[in-house]
Amino acid sequence: MSSSAQAILTARTQNRAALVGYLPVGYPDVAGSFDALRAITEGSDGTGVDLVEIGAPYSDPVMDGLAIQHAATRALERGVRTADVFRAVEAVTATGTPAVVMTYWNLVEHYGVERYARDLASAGGSGLITPDLTPDDAEPWIAASEQHDLDRIFLIAPSSTDERIALTTRACRGWVYATAVMGVTGARQQTSSAAPDLVARIRAQSDLPVGVGLGVSNGDQAAEIGAYADAVIVGSALVKELIDNERTGSSDLSGLRAVVDDLAAGVRRAR
Amino acid sequence: MTEPRATHPSGAPLPDKGGHFEEFGGKFVPEALYAALAQLEDAFDAAQQDPDFAAELSRLQRDYAGRPTPITEATRFSEHCGGARMLLKREDLNHTGSHKINNVLGQALLTRRMGKRRVIAETGAGQHGVASATAAALLGLECRVYMGKVDTDRQALNVARMQMLGAEVVAVKAGSQTLKDAMNEAMRDWVTHVDDTHYLIGTVGGPHPFPRIVREFQRIISTESRAQVLEKYGQLPDAVCACIGGGSNAMGIFADFIPDEGVGLYGFEAGGDGVDTGRHAASITAGSLGVLHGARTYVLQDEDGQTVESHSISAGLDYPGVGPEHAWLARTGRATYRPITDTEAMDALMLLTRTEGILPAIESAHAVAGAQKLALELVERPEFRTKPPTILVNISGRGDKDVSTALEWFGIDGSVDRETEEVR
Repeated sequence: MSSSAQAILTARTQNRAALVGYLPVGYPDVAGSFDALRAITEGSDGTGVDLVEIGAPYSDPVMDGLAIQHAATRALERGVRTADVFRAVEAVTATGTPAVVMTYWNLVEHYGVERYARDLASAGGSGLITPDLTPDDAEPWIAASEQHDLDRIFLIAPSSTDERIALTTRACRGWVYATAVMGVTGARQQTSSAAPDLVARIRAQSDLPVGVGLGVSNGDQAAEIGAYADAVIVGSALVKELIDNERTGSSDLSGLRAVVDDLAAGVRRAR
Repeated sequence: MTEPRATHPSGAPLPDKGGHFEEFGGKFVPEALYAALAQLEDAFDAAQQDPDFAAELSRLQRDYAGRPTPITEATRFSEHCGGARMLLKREDLNHTGSHKINNVLGQALLTRRMGKRRVIAETGAGQHGVASATAAALLGLECRVYMGKVDTDRQALNVARMQMLGAEVVAVKAGSQTLKDAMNEAMRDWVTHVDDTHYLIGTVGGPHPFPRIVREFQRIISTESRAQVLEKYGQLPDAVCACIGGGSNAMGIFADFIPDEGVGLYGFEAGGDGVDTGRHAASITAGSLGVLHGARTYVLQDEDGQTVESHSISAGLDYPGVGPEHAWLARTGRATYRPITDTEAMDALMLLTRTEGILPAIESAHAVAGAQKLALELVERPEFRTKPPTILVNISGRGDKDVSTALEWFGIDGSVDRETEEVR
């Protein structure tokens, strides 16, 4: 079993959902992003996220809302490279927390699918979340991920038909990412009413662990989703802390750690 | 409607069921959009079998858009083309001023057929935005158009037209603030509002089934012009020329000629300051294989696969990718793609205006410039010594929207010198 799925199943043995935290490489800059990634593995008191989702900045992120777009644009302006993604994976996995990479497909295809899989695996990465690659066009990635023992985390949306859910969960390896709402990434005030139904539809067809993301921003929302999902995925709420830091010229990560504390407590009081 | 298609060497139609033109095309989109793409494909296939749909589209093309558009033989322009017979397909005479209306009417009817009440569109020069806003007004649909901030500035006239038509125009300030960023923003809107919204893509790009659908709605350009040229001149053209950004007007005028092996197909990309300078939008000439906006095609990208900003004086061609079928036509050698610089395009714009009284869009001026260069090459060939070549050029749009850009380019400010009474 891969370490990303293991992290989710370990949380399950503690009768709780795993917490997955997303941050992009290269924001506020490469070194600063490594510090922030390490900080979310720790929180304030050593209890951080269970799994890190490392974002690879891309010039045309169609699944991302304003916060992550902003971070990606800045990261690219400051010269972040694909090699930095693998360095970030090494930095995170060195803390003992497993890491997956969330990347738009062209970055992988351009690097070379087989070469990307090899370098991700040798950096200690557990797999890829691919927001704009579905199983339909994924043949090379399926082969490379099998060869290098990497997880394939495809997305399922509220609009997915049962047929698509079956096709996608069959193609996944490790776990599956359910998007709670129809839309792009970004913190939302209210949790989705579509998510519980979507998770139930996935469970009717598959035993894969199900992570739920999009729009989760605080401990109460994490607790609500953690009651029925295997993992709660949080991104924009963490990125916003870094954007606030950039605006005030601060490199103090205590605000970021506090958000992680709140979320970590949320998944622990869910059930 | 019949659908003569491009075919795989095996004889199978293209694209295949997954939207592939061999290695190009596909559906690289968030899963959230799959249901909508499937619904669109079903609606399109059903519409193609439905005589009522064909009749309504045909009525709109005739009574509303003004089709068929004529072919104009450009005899004074021909003198600058080595005497080649230059035939202009006058898509500039369509209602709203460009070929964009062909696709928009078809997709707007599909929108209604799918029971959706809102359309969104991306636009570069504003021609597709204006056409979308027009069709939305005609069919009573809500319309929002995404346009890069750079383009809302350089195409202010079209922004005003869209607003007059009741569309909401959103100036996109992300990234390079041009067509690609407008397309990103439209995709985000669509992911969020897919239940009641159709994304009316304006080019033969994007995820399957858009490249196929837009090709079929633009095919009328070649269906008409092939028959018009045959009837009037008793032969097929030796070459067909079009400008190419995403490639919808080019695919429209190429489509029916693809099986005619004796007809050369030429697409002219935006060469900007020159391909050597790096400031251009020539995705086929200078790009590499990549995935952008849902399809695998030729893309302008850096060493890591990040999209590189394109540059062109023409907002409508200022895009770092190209429709996947054009990539396929280029790779198989069926069509030839060449860059035309800003300077060459603007010279051709002025030449056509002064010799024929036809002010083309700057986009279309790339086709005019390319056709002129091609003509001067062809007339030297032995087979054209006795009988000059016949070249069909798609004038995809009219240039009214570009007058201020042209005045600036040529250093004309439009005012009159009181002493000499000459226009400055």
